Amino acid sequence: MSKPKFKNPVVNWIDYRLPIFTFMNHELNEYPTPKNLNYFWNFGSLAGITLVTMIITGIVLSMNYTAHVDYAFDSVERIMRDVNHGWLLRYIHMNGASFFFIVVYIHIFRGLYYGSYKAPREILWILGVLILLLMMATAFMGYVLPWGQMSFWGATVITNLFSAIPLVGESIVTWLWGGFSVDNPTLNRFFSLHFVLPFVIVGVVILHLVALHRFGSNNPIGIDVKGKQDTVPFHPYYTIKDLFGLSVFTTIFAAAVFFFPNFMGHPDNYIPADPMVTPAHIVPEWYFLPFYAILRAIPDKLGGVLFMFGAIMVLFVLPWLDKSSVRSSQFRPLYKLFFWILVIDCIALGYLGAKPAEGIYVILSRIATAYYFFHFLIILPLLPRIESTRPLPVSISTPIITASSNASTVMAMREKK
Amino acid sequence: MKFLKFLVIIIFSINFFLFGRVFAAGSKIEYPEKNWSFSTIFGSFDKASAQRGFQVYKEVCAGCHGMRLVSYRNLAALGYNQDELKAIAAQFEINDGPNDEGEMFTRPGRPSDKFLSPYPNDQAARAANGGAYPPDLSLIIKARPNGANYLHALLRGYEEAPNNIKVPEGMYYNKYYSGNLIAMPQPLYEDGVEYLDGTKASKDQMATDVTTFLAWASEPELEERKQLGVTVILFLIVFSILSYFSMRQIWAPIKNKN
Ligand code: HEC
Ligand code: HEM
Repeated sequence: MSKPKFKNPVVNWIDYRLPIFTFMNHELNEYPTPKNLNYFWNFGSLAGITLVTMIITGIVLSMNYTAHVDYAFDSVERIMRDVNHGWLLRYIHMNGASFFFIVVYIHIFRGLYYGSYKAPREILWILGVLILLLMMATAFMGYVLPWGQMSFWGATVITNLFSAIPLVGESIVTWLWGGFSVDNPTLNRFFSLHFVLPFVIVGVVILHLVALHRFGSNNPIGIDVKGKQDTVPFHPYYTIKDLFGLSVFTTIFAAAVFFFPNFMGHPDNYIPADPMVTPAHIVPEWYFLPFYAILRAIPDKLGGVLFMFGAIMVLFVLPWLDKSSVRSSQFRPLYKLFFWILVIDCIALGYLGAKPAEGIYVILSRIATAYYFFHFLIILPLLPRIESTRPLPVSISTPIITASSNASTVMAMREKK
Repeated sequence: MKFLKFLVIIIFSINFFLFGRVFAAGSKIEYPEKNWSFSTIFGSFDKASAQRGFQVYKEVCAGCHGMRLVSYRNLAALGYNQDELKAIAAQFEINDGPNDEGEMFTRPGRPSDKFLSPYPNDQAARAANGGAYPPDLSLIIKARPNGANYLHALLRGYEEAPNNIKVPEGMYYNKYYSGNLIAMPQPLYEDGVEYLDGTKASKDQMATDVTTFLAWASEPELEERKQLGVTVILFLIVFSILSYFSMRQIWAPIKNKN
């Protein structure tokens, strides 16, 4: 054994045979991280912690949940009323899903703004989009479990979309349902999948992190790390920053759980599912609304489904659509403008997804949908030809000095020397 | 600061989505807003009002509406003691069985029993109400947008129908019901119940009381939730401040180097 790495001899003994401590030390302690990351880099760790929270609360909920059409609704109410702190578990899980999407959407738009999907991080980005897809499937099936009116009718509407597939559509829907309508077999398989998919997500998250640690984090100015002077060890610098981010996030999350637990939910889901009574308006959870708007914007059912999935598919190929070699939009004035237009477009789509599909809303949805694809398929590939990017700084350490070089800091530096 | 601005954008956009949905739900009818004691941050239920509300439910609404998720023992939260609970439960004849001879039988209720439903099944409920289904009231406040104000308004919304509207047989005009025609006859009339505590049973009083009672039934955890919430949030705020300053301290050498 060469020079012992760890003070504790037991740790050393184990590490020599199973280098788990070296690994952890390398990836969580020494791990060199750009020193100029802003708060938008908190959302990755927040997403991870939210995932763990969902899994823990989900497992405990499952211990009290009954996946049967006659008992599901009542079993959730029993959790709310009779299980000790069951209401807390359920409200954490229910609001946790919403917050998970808030965090992940911010995380994704962070990537878009700072060009984090560009070489050499393409696979990292693709794995992220895959996580988004899995999360959507998980959340959709989770929402069916309490077996309220929106659970039932949401499941009916969304599974019915598959009937748009030519020739085999109807058979696929029957196969998904395990029968001829959304019924007990559907609920059972959704529960099973809802239980297992989060663990698949954990697997993809691990790959996501492996890919991340290959080249390290991107950073707000989007240029590569040039040397040690550009980085700080992950611990304690980013562990403490993530902890601070986490405590602010948890405060906001707790405010929702304790004071507005049903704000992001739909009242109809407190009515037990009834296949004979269709709700006046079937709306998905808020995090699906932009996609729902795209679905309904296309007059043809199959077309709608294709465009809805297409909205995510374009994200998979984004690294090859955006041909600019400059990552951060800080140095891309035109891209920055179009980025903000895209943000507004997505919020508009979300708003339109909540509106009834009639009159002016249909027209606006179509415009917003068209613009979404226009952004990715036309603007991004063409932009580098017309955009003159700003000059890039030499290294991460240099611009920090220039950026904050008001007289006082320069003076302070001189004095120190 | 940039980050704050950004937080505002996020909160704003979620509101935007949700309000889109509220309007989409077609709730164009406005109800008068009331300051419910349970709606505030530190909110709690007015126990006396909830007890009166239980009386209204028991004497009026229970004729048509069940509350199958609530047990008599849960009423302890409204301030009834064990003897009172036993007495309340014993007023009801509960179907039980089979016994050792394989026979079903009835017995007086116990606190552990769920509220007795007025009808044996949904079909019977519909048959007795001209085809309309009187919904279970255990969750009614959570199951309607702006539930408490809605119910309070609905119970007082019965009026002469305007001339241009024809009210079919078995339907009633209610200005707060969506579509205005409801199959529930006006349930509350002046002095419809005689309150045990001597409070004057005006229509508004009864509507307020029964709404308070049903709000409790929908969210029996509300008081505990809000109390715990205040503690948790205070703790988290202190923790955030502490971690903020630790962060500043740890980062100080890096920031100063530049
Ligand atoms: C004579 C039977 C009867 C009585 C008594 C009665 N209801 Fe109803 N109630 C109904 C019926 C029937 C409906 C269904 C109405 C419909 O679908 O048009 C209904 C519907 C309701 C609804 C649902 C309205 C909606 O938004 O869908 C509420 C809330 C309600 N009743 C509350 C009460 C309360 C509170 C009381 C006691 C003060 C009460 N009811 C007394 C028969 C009754
Ligand atoms: C990716 C992480 C997860 C997401 C996004 C998610 C999402 C959801 C959603 C939206 C609901 C409906 C909440 C409601 O309206 O009541 C739900 C319910 C449920 N979930 Fe999850 N979930 C996740 C992980 C898990 C895990 C890992 C388990 C179990 C191992 C689980 C078990 C349950 C159960 C039992 C319910 C039904 C109880 C209820 O409705 O509250 N979930 N989930």
